[in-house]
Amino acid sequence: MQEIASWALNSASLKGAFYADARIVNERGRSLATKNGKIGSAADSESLGIGVRVIADGAWGFASSDDLSRKSVEETAARAVEIARASARVKQEEIHLAPESTVTAEWVSPFKIDPFSISVEQNLDLLLKIDSELCAVAGVTLAETNLNFKREEQWFASSEGANIHQTKYITGAGYAAYAFAGSEIQKRSYPNSFGGQWQNKGYELIEELKLVENARRTGEEAVALLKADRCPEGVSTIVLDSAQLGLQIHESIGHPIELDRVLGMEANFAGTSFLTLDKLGKLRYGSELVNVVADARPEHGPGLGSFAFDDEGVSAQCTPIISNGLFTGYLSSRETAHAIGSNRSGGTLRAESWNRLPIIRMTNVSILPGEKPLSREQLISSTDSGIFMQTNRSWSIDDKRYNFQFGCEMGWEIKAGKLVRMLKNPSYSGITTDFWNSMDAICSRDEWTLWGTPNCGKGQPQQVMGTGHGAAPARFRNVKVGSAYKGN
Amino acid sequence: MLDEAKAGELFAHIKKHSSADEVEVLFYDVHSALTRFANNTIHQNVAEENQVISVRSVFGQRTARATTNRTDGESLQRVVQASESLARVQHQDPDLLPMARPEESGTGTVGAVRHFEQTAALTPQKRADGVEQIVKIAGDNRLTTAGIFSSSEISEGIFNSRGLQRWHRQTSSEISVTMLAQDSSGWQKANSPDVCHLDARMLAEVAAKKARDSAHPQEVSAGRYTVILEPAAVLDIVGFMFFDFGGLAILDQRSFLNDRVGKQIFGENINISDEVNHPLQSGAPFDGEGVRREHVPLIEKGVVKRLVYARATAQRVKKSEYKDKLGHVGPTGHGFPLPNEMGEAPMNIVFQTPDNPQTTEQMIASTDRGIYVTRFWYIREVDPYEKILTGMTRDGTFLIEDGKLRHGVLNFRFNESLLHMLSNVEAMGTPVRASGEESFDMVVPPMKVKDFNFTEVTKF
Repeated sequence: MQEIASWALNSASLKGAFYADARIVNERGRSLATKNGKIGSAADSESLGIGVRVIADGAWGFASSDDLSRKSVEETAARAVEIARASARVKQEEIHLAPESTVTAEWVSPFKIDPFSISVEQNLDLLLKIDSELCAVAGVTLAETNLNFKREEQWFASSEGANIHQTKYITGAGYAAYAFAGSEIQKRSYPNSFGGQWQNKGYELIEELKLVENARRTGEEAVALLKADRCPEGVSTIVLDSAQLGLQIHESIGHPIELDRVLGMEANFAGTSFLTLDKLGKLRYGSELVNVVADARPEHGPGLGSFAFDDEGVSAQCTPIISNGLFTGYLSSRETAHAIGSNRSGGTLRAESWNRLPIIRMTNVSILPGEKPLSREQLISSTDSGIFMQTNRSWSIDDKRYNFQFGCEMGWEIKAGKLVRMLKNPSYSGITTDFWNSMDAICSRDEWTLWGTPNCGKGQPQQVMGTGHGAAPARFRNVKVGSAYKGN
Repeated sequence: MLDEAKAGELFAHIKKHSSADEVEVLFYDVHSALTRFANNTIHQNVAEENQVISVRSVFGQRTARATTNRTDGESLQRVVQASESLARVQHQDPDLLPMARPEESGTGTVGAVRHFEQTAALTPQKRADGVEQIVKIAGDNRLTTAGIFSSSEISEGIFNSRGLQRWHRQTSSEISVTMLAQDSSGWQKANSPDVCHLDARMLAEVAAKKARDSAHPQEVSAGRYTVILEPAAVLDIVGFMFFDFGGLAILDQRSFLNDRVGKQIFGENINISDEVNHPLQSGAPFDGEGVRREHVPLIEKGVVKRLVYARATAQRVKKSEYKDKLGHVGPTGHGFPLPNEMGEAPMNIVFQTPDNPQTTEQMIASTDRGIYVTRFWYIREVDPYEKILTGMTRDGTFLIEDGKLRHGVLNFRFNESLLHMLSNVEAMGTPVRASGEESFDMVVPPMKVKDFNFTEVTKF
């Protein structure tokens, strides 16, 4: 593969590229799913190709192909240069990359059990067992389960001399029970909604998730929600479970800190950001308890944002994003680092596959757990009055990431430190900085989970990327609740 | 590009190595390019060539799929073996049907030409020409612009061991323009199989006018308003309901149409069909099993009349409690490639032209007080059965007073039921081919809707 990459780099150089890099990516995937006792889908996939990124005449070009013959690779690189020259016709200034030392490296994400070594029969048996537990609950009208495995192997080489070979194993699994009756459909998911839990791990993740053990309860909760009272409308204290807090971080911290959004580069689609450059080091983003990092280093955990090097050869780093409530950092790249006065990229440039241009993506954007021991039970027992919300059902936020609204699958009324009443259709909304400044408690490390979001969309053409979000249950005061159903 | 003859050779090769009772191959080949600009600069500019070969094997009542983008002999053998290995260990599916026969597939292409050489041959220089025009208009208006100019050529086909063989090729091109001022923005987007139909200058002028006219937006309190929605806003919000128009969604009891087919659930002025052959539509005239896509009248005078069905779904519905409750039931050619969990969906939506179409200018002139919406953003489903959706306005939201656009307003969050919205449509325009960001392209009209539910206001 190194020889193939060198064909691309040499061809780009001969055509006049000032800089070039090539990524060859070989992907393998397996997706299995069941629905109501039947196998819903069973599919294997593989994809191999090369993407060549160049700077010529001070502008970017990118071309990709699934044909790895020498002729095709050289033509692909030449096409990238031709495209860069066309880009140069409409530019305001030349592209400059922050310096980066070149490395030769090999890295494989840690795993214990190769997920592809587990027989399909064993996987299907597991899913059908979960399905059977869900369907055994009277009132469950639809049961869905899924298992997903990926292996992503990438060779990166640049005209500056970088030569990096990385392999990642990714595993994901989850399920949901639906209950339809009268004029409503209720749903409960485990261990999280929209695909479950995903991490850079092998099959050991499946064993850790205790999927079968939680199935019956999940189905029972879906049915119980049909008879629960609706979440009231008003202003309340809320406690969020760690999975919902993970998505809250993703939407209201992770996206606004993307420096390409801040600089207007995503204005036509994903949007911009309220975090203009003047706010760095000055904005009180949250309360003193809010400490957030963007940490791609494997020691942060097996998150979907963990790697050794990003897709332009920059090593994984930990960037403090919010420190004791103060806004302290952005997600940056070699092209954008200068905008925040940095002489080095934060190492966050990633591409969905060989056929996509790497762009700034969240790594593992995580809130750090509280330092004092605090369990979820203790957090709830210390709350006089409020609503405990679990598992995301809907999410929406404006294109500068100010106004958000989240719906959850299940809520509980808290009274005098106890969960006293199940609530259906819970939702909450607010303005990002008001919300984070209202956080007055967060659980400690024992309650902290590194969640995987496998489906983050961004870019044109759109790219789907996995991101990681560590979170623990936390409490927020004076939050607007129930407005999703206001007037409906 | 992969053509039908070459695909036929690859299929013959695959069939030779197949030991399955039946084998089906989907082919997809794409050459695409996208020029992206922001801050009045082309900052990303990409091109892709890729093909996908997807093999489905069947042993008795078992089936599975494997996919590759490699066409060498060894890779083709590997993908056949992968699909067969997966299929052999599946459980029996009593609803699995034999693969479709050629007579279920129909012949010929869609009525309108959907492949244009000038689109397929569009160069990065030509796209840069278009972007240059847009950037010039931004500069003339002291605005900053961001957007895309893209083009692509695709070939797709399906072959199966029962002799079914269908092929389709088309081109597409698209321009999307955002114009940004200090505290306002405007947006326009258009696409067409024929790049000659795209007018970069016009799109940029309209987006720039919206940005200028919405400058210094004022806060207007949330509440129920008469809204005038541009076609892109209509398609992005209504698109969330069409995945419920499949028979499998009814069987799964995940559709908001459970217990509502045949009932008046929308206003009498709502008439919607699925028509792949409509001159403003795009896409292949066959589905994921190669079955011919039929013209299906989905909604007539506000009543859901028909749903769409994959072959197996139609068979299941006919044996179910729903067999007499859903109108005509039969395969309509809207199935996704097998095996899948979603079944089918109508993807070529066409709103029928109303009796008295109005322009958006006429709608504004007849509105005492309301909100004009260019575009919605980040729409998500709040309630699956009442079809309550939430989302934001974006890039050109105005207050209407006394029949005139008065000024820009801070963007709203809405929480609105589609059942309510489509029962309160006061006027519609002539449907056009429109493109948004949250849903697939459709032929939709602009709409004037009363009592649209805005629940919050954001800060810009």
